Amino acid sequence: MAIVTTPKKACAVNPLKMSQPIGGAFAFMGLRGAMPLLHGSQGCTSFGLTLFVRHFKEAVPLQTTAMSEVATVLGGYENVEQAILNIYNRAKPEIIGICSTGVTETNGDDVDGYIKLIREQHPQLAKCPLVFVSTPDFKDAFQDGWEKTVACMVEVLVGAPPVGVERDPARVNVLPGCHLTPGDLDELRTILEDFGLKPSFLPDLAGSLDGHIPGEFTPTTIGGIGVDEVAGMGRSSWTIAIGEQMRRAAEAIQAKAGVPFRLFERLCGLIPNDEFIAFLSDISGRPVPAKYRRQRGQLSDAMLDAHFHVGGRKLAIGAEPDLLFDLSSMLHEMGAQVTAAVTTTQSPVLERIGTNEVLIGDLEDLEELARTRNCDLLITHSHGRQAAARLKIPFYRTGFPMFDRIGAGHQLSVGYRGTRDVIFSIANLVIADREENHQPAPDSWRTSRRSLKPGRRSFVDATEGSMA
Amino acid sequence: MSSLSATIQKIFNEPGCAKNANKSDAERNKGCAKQLQPGGAAGGCAFDGAKIALQPFTDVAHLVHGPIACEGNSWDNRGAASSGASIWRTGFTTDMNETDIVFGGEKRLYKAIKEIIKKYNPPAIFVYQTCVPAMIGDDINAVCKAASQKLGKPVIPINSPGFVGPKNLGNKLAGEALLEHVIGTEEPDYTTPYDINLIGEYNLCGELWQVKPLLDELGIRILSCLSGDGKYREVASSHRARAAMIVCSKAMINVARKMEGRYGIPFFEGSFYGIQDSSDSLRQIARLLVERGAPCELIERTEAVIAREEARAWATIELYKPRFAGKRALLITGGVKSWSVVAALQEAGLELVGTSVKKSTKQDKERIKELMGQDALMIEDMTPREIYKMLKDAKADIMLSGGKSQFVALKAAMPWLDINQERCHAYMGYIGMVKLVEEIDKALFNPMWEQLRRPAPWEEVAKNRQTNGMAQIDVQAVDVAADPETTRRAKKVCFCKEVDLGTLEDAIRSHGLTSAEAVRQHTSAFGGCCKRRIEDILTKIPVSSPPAMLQAAE
Repeated sequence: MAIVTTPKKACAVNPLKMSQPIGGAFAFMGLRGAMPLLHGSQGCTSFGLTLFVRHFKEAVPLQTTAMSEVATVLGGYENVEQAILNIYNRAKPEIIGICSTGVTETNGDDVDGYIKLIREQHPQLAKCPLVFVSTPDFKDAFQDGWEKTVACMVEVLVGAPPVGVERDPARVNVLPGCHLTPGDLDELRTILEDFGLKPSFLPDLAGSLDGHIPGEFTPTTIGGIGVDEVAGMGRSSWTIAIGEQMRRAAEAIQAKAGVPFRLFERLCGLIPNDEFIAFLSDISGRPVPAKYRRQRGQLSDAMLDAHFHVGGRKLAIGAEPDLLFDLSSMLHEMGAQVTAAVTTTQSPVLERIGTNEVLIGDLEDLEELARTRNCDLLITHSHGRQAAARLKIPFYRTGFPMFDRIGAGHQLSVGYRGTRDVIFSIANLVIADREENHQPAPDSWRTSRRSLKPGRRSFVDATEGSMA
Repeated sequence: MSSLSATIQKIFNEPGCAKNANKSDAERNKGCAKQLQPGGAAGGCAFDGAKIALQPFTDVAHLVHGPIACEGNSWDNRGAASSGASIWRTGFTTDMNETDIVFGGEKRLYKAIKEIIKKYNPPAIFVYQTCVPAMIGDDINAVCKAASQKLGKPVIPINSPGFVGPKNLGNKLAGEALLEHVIGTEEPDYTTPYDINLIGEYNLCGELWQVKPLLDELGIRILSCLSGDGKYREVASSHRARAAMIVCSKAMINVARKMEGRYGIPFFEGSFYGIQDSSDSLRQIARLLVERGAPCELIERTEAVIAREEARAWATIELYKPRFAGKRALLITGGVKSWSVVAALQEAGLELVGTSVKKSTKQDKERIKELMGQDALMIEDMTPREIYKMLKDAKADIMLSGGKSQFVALKAAMPWLDINQERCHAYMGYIGMVKLVEEIDKALFNPMWEQLRRPAPWEEVAKNRQTNGMAQIDVQAVDVAADPETTRRAKKVCFCKEVDLGTLEDAIRSHGLTSAEAVRQHTSAFGGCCKRRIEDILTKIPVSSPPAMLQAAE
């Protein structure tokens, strides 16, 4: 349906995209006792760290190999070795996750080789898993870093079940995309447990970045899924992957341990959740609990109440592919027109977004499209705030980073309940905007009618936008 | 790269840096950057430092040449304020991809510059060099030069790849770029004998505007501020200033010194944090201007403004004294702030249990000793775990620090206040200090803390460290209630040594002392730190009527 295009400009203005290594490091934060380590210069880590801290308002573990100019010329073996030893001795981590950066990829550091050598030199590290993912900054985006890292975790950490050991019918693996918040994971856990299932989330940010207060201070991640639990994921009866980005990891579990998987491309919206709940009922052999029947009713009612406000809105949305697909599809189904869509990286889901064109670009592109196509609602991460102010249209913050509002970690969009919340929030934004900025007045009446004529939400325009 | 390493050598040879001047040649060549520790380092890189130092130039387009990480992960993350232009808030990056890495990114950089001029037409473009293009040999100096000539706009190369060193080095590299390409390239429309430069002031949260009205009132013009709320034209013509104040010397001492050498602009190092420091800075500015030919009456007018502002500020802070009695603060910050706010906090009645000196100079440490006493807890390097324990054991009532360590305090259910760059309140000048005290009050007395420190009903009470900490305080309170006079008298007056309140009071009463000097002669009190406290005690004791008990004894 949608044509995916890339703009021909040399200068990215107001980037929507964030780099791949910090997407990888983010995935490591969902493991218990983990220390993510970026192999690069100090800034690579410090920028990522600041970003996570501002988003989650939590202490975030993230380390650097602190590559100097000399080390960059001579190769980073010693820096990787020292970093691992320092972290091992000081922070006592259960796992160290290493991501490369632009510097060390340009340099051509063979980190897999380094790790082998380090293991030979330092037998005391034998029990500490060291997982390395290649994530150059100059390729792909945040979501790709997450995708590669989770796939890599599966390949390194998940064991094949021993022959003759029966699978636990109640055990389910859940592979969430990086667009799900800790709040989303909590919601999913509750839903799965309500069906009597025992879920293992990989990675599990809900245990680690959900804002709880620990009894003791630790330098590594708190909570998250343990390495031992990851190792046992091969014995589950099903893998549920959420977001196209998780296909790779799901396939890896299947290849390694023979666990069948079901991929849910999105979990925001009525139909996707019907499918999800039906699937859970199916694999658990249990009827749908009354709670979800009620929640479904509430969502349906929310859709009825909100469609007056959401229907016909011209939507400008900028997000990473899976989040873009998820949210824009739901809003499209609510009657909004996805008029401008900008994303960061390639993905198979992009073509199926209900719009004419998806641009792999930046926030300048999104702002420009929103302006020329008269969009009246902007959806993107916090960096879109300047654009929204200039466009003078309501702004719904979603995704990462969300540094200028609190509660980012608990924003909910999955399940019937999550979808209902999103719909209410967006509809309320539209209502507030109408009350504040579009009250009819004797003078404005005539001018606003006149501005309707040359293309401002005329009938032709509206059908054109929603032809998808 | 050779020119970059030469620049770095020049910076390490900085004669304006006292620390540097005391080093041997060999040591000096090594530079001041400590070797960063892999797996144990924190903080930004040189690129980060360069960007921080220059981004507050508000009408300039800041273009980052590198892969997406450098700008995509970091833009729009500092709260400097602008009185007009807003292009500095726009993130520009070449977002280098694999092809650029293989074939070189110079063409893309040139095109990017061209696009920016076409679309945004800023008075100048600053181009930041990052690690990856530096590694593959992109010559940004050449590209910027070519672009300047062809496109007719200043395009300034800032050579600051992250791997050359830490943030602080980046600040200085940014300064070098200004010295080499910007300062002195234009002339101001007019000059006055009251023109000054502020160097190393970033106008975070609009702080500068808390001081600027005073300068305006005195007729002193900020010809150029490097770089808070700065404009390209201002910095280009900043060489015509009569005097300069360096606000953050660690960042830009090289700029101040070289401008003194080249253009004869005298400078001093000052701060607008803390009441004393604000006054000192205003005085110094007036003095330097008068030395350079401004009319002498400026000094009198300045003194009048200082007297008025100080009186106002102290009077307001005084009101907080009773509320802060017995409250202890832990100060984890760097450089001048490690002492410049101490005076105000002490004046407001807070005790300081410690201050960090990680980024402080020798003089900074001397000032701390003077203010807090010889035994002042100067924290060289405290791990988050140690700070957490300190707070959890209730050794301090509030922590003041930068955003990175906030969770150490908050998760220990202890009040915390941001006094570094990410804060949302401005603490500069006289009103800033009052604001700081106000914010501390709000944080300390939020009723929420009491609820948060309660263990969940199902938790074993004894196991909870917090409860223990609070219990200790309660015990002390009971002691005080039981024998208030002994406890009161046993209270240590200052942070230095053993002088307690009782000894001082006795000495004052028995000898009828009236001045702090006299009290010092009769007791073991010494040092500058006790002085103010002794004066306080003196004012409270009516000398004329010594208590009956003492009269009897005599």
